[in-house]
Amino acid sequence: MDLSLLKRRTELEWVIEPRGKMRVPGLLFASEPLVRAMDLKVFEQVTNVATLPGIRTASMAMPDAHWGYGFAVGGVAAFDPDEGVVSAGGVGFDISCGVRCLRTRLTRADVEPRKKDLADALFRAIPAGVGSRGRIRLSAEEMDRMLRGGARWAVEKGWGEKGDLERIEEGGTMRDARPEAVSDRARARMRDEVGTLGSGNHYLEVQEVAEVHDAAAAEAFGLRVGDVVISIHCGSRGFGHQIGTEALREMLDAGRKHGIDLPDRELACAPIRSKEGEHYLGAMRAAINVALANRQVLTHLTREAVGSVLSQSDLTLLYDVSHNTCKVETHEVDGKPREVYVHRKGATRAWGPGHPGLPDRLRPVGQPVLIGGTMGTSSWVLAGTEAGMRASFGSACHGAGRSMSRHQALKQWNGKQVVAELESRGILIRSPSLRGVAEEAPGAYKDVTEVVEVTERAGLARRVAKLLPIVTIKG
Amino acid sequence: MPSPPAFETFAHDADIGVRGRGATLGEAFANAGRALTAVVTDPASVREVLSVEIACEASDPELLLFDWLNALVFEMATRRVLFARHEVKVEGTRLRARAFGEPVEVGRHQPAVEVKGATWTGMRVARESGTWVAECVVDV
Repeated sequence: MDLSLLKRRTELEWVIEPRGKMRVPGLLFASEPLVRAMDLKVFEQVTNVATLPGIRTASMAMPDAHWGYGFAVGGVAAFDPDEGVVSAGGVGFDISCGVRCLRTRLTRADVEPRKKDLADALFRAIPAGVGSRGRIRLSAEEMDRMLRGGARWAVEKGWGEKGDLERIEEGGTMRDARPEAVSDRARARMRDEVGTLGSGNHYLEVQEVAEVHDAAAAEAFGLRVGDVVISIHCGSRGFGHQIGTEALREMLDAGRKHGIDLPDRELACAPIRSKEGEHYLGAMRAAINVALANRQVLTHLTREAVGSVLSQSDLTLLYDVSHNTCKVETHEVDGKPREVYVHRKGATRAWGPGHPGLPDRLRPVGQPVLIGGTMGTSSWVLAGTEAGMRASFGSACHGAGRSMSRHQALKQWNGKQVVAELESRGILIRSPSLRGVAEEAPGAYKDVTEVVEVTERAGLARRVAKLLPIVTIKG
Repeated sequence: MPSPPAFETFAHDADIGVRGRGATLGEAFANAGRALTAVVTDPASVREVLSVEIACEASDPELLLFDWLNALVFEMATRRVLFARHEVKVEGTRLRARAFGEPVEVGRHQPAVEVKGATWTGMRVARESGTWVAECVVDV
């Protein structure tokens, strides 16, 4: 991106001053090298989002922002409940895609001698990849209960423990989901997919805590160097994809009907206070519950698999974050606390210390912010900050993002070589598809370390611990 | 100069696009369907052992392509199949099609990724020097 398009407000804050139909400025949180590396499309998309009705404060981009559908991936935008809009492109296709991190009470020394057995047990237990089915078949009534209850439904059905729920955003249940707003096609896509990992960049990873950067927060999070944790990255599966796809189509007409002037049809949206807006919000919340239930069932399968290999393990949730959502939250707008609809697309909620929505144990240090890496590089645990609450509606980055298309990756790598190379570094990969492994090669992604450092320096979240992969199950 | 391929995928930043060409709009749509399979696996590896009928209706050709590709995504996901070939007829606002393929066999197909859905990005249905082109970026 050409720096002359931006006004540098601080070292890590870059402003797009309002012009044309922009209602608020654009605001990029990034270092100079990250801004330079960003596609011009990010500039256009942040600018376009700033034109939408009812947007408040600024149209924002996190340090890992890259080209997305309508909104940049890494985009954050908050809208007034009465004047504002909701946009499917501002949430993303994989609604409530996110990361859950489990502590294990195991150390690297416990896992190392049983690593291969652990990888095989997890690969057997976790349905992964294109065409895989979960073990749960839902009746129509049970589906409705899941759409309303999310992870709480799963725990009530025996897939998990009650204590898991307070470590999940929204206590495991997204309120105001409307199963009646969900199409038969979306239901059909979920019938066999509860408890599946999916494909593409989704994974389950056994990781070692390699570094601790904030001792007090790490202590509160229960993380020590040498500890083993398990991270699960996945979302609402075909259900969310179907809701997203249908909304892209329906919102085209809704925008026109409500006289919203769009610079790009990818920004299709509907007023929050409209039939179409409420319909999408109700279905999108049901999809959030699907994602929370899905990660909960996967957690149960993980507990069984790990327990079968290492019986001394005890898997407890560090936290569960979603990085593709639109949520109603209270933030300071023009100096006053106000309710806003915060779209975070490829951005993680990062509530600061003292937030009433956090469980007691975490409240003094802030919300765990879980940042996924790739099969061969680091992942991170951050913590939300007070400054981030003011600067970015309590939002931070979500991951690295691709630096290379799937095409290029497939030309450059072969799945077998990637698996062998990682194995030589002590990382075991299990995947049903070698082509999938090649497309997801670590080299096809940007380095998340720089993104995380900049996120910390910009004050959006602070680094707590760095995680390195031991075993990766890829879809 | 060799003629452009009947179907292909193309890189679009981190995502991927599908493109079909044909003498008729139906043929271009059929080939766009084949390109959709190519996102997941090599279409030549897919056998024709079953067929699925698909019908869509939309007010313009771009909406119709959007609906057609999403109908294929839905059938692939819910039936757990891959399609090798498509026969498509477009008459006015209506599309009628039959897609031929087989259930996913992970070992043989090595499916790389699920397609989440078609998008409006790079959406284009046009006639260029006598050939229909139908293309858009899909979310994976």
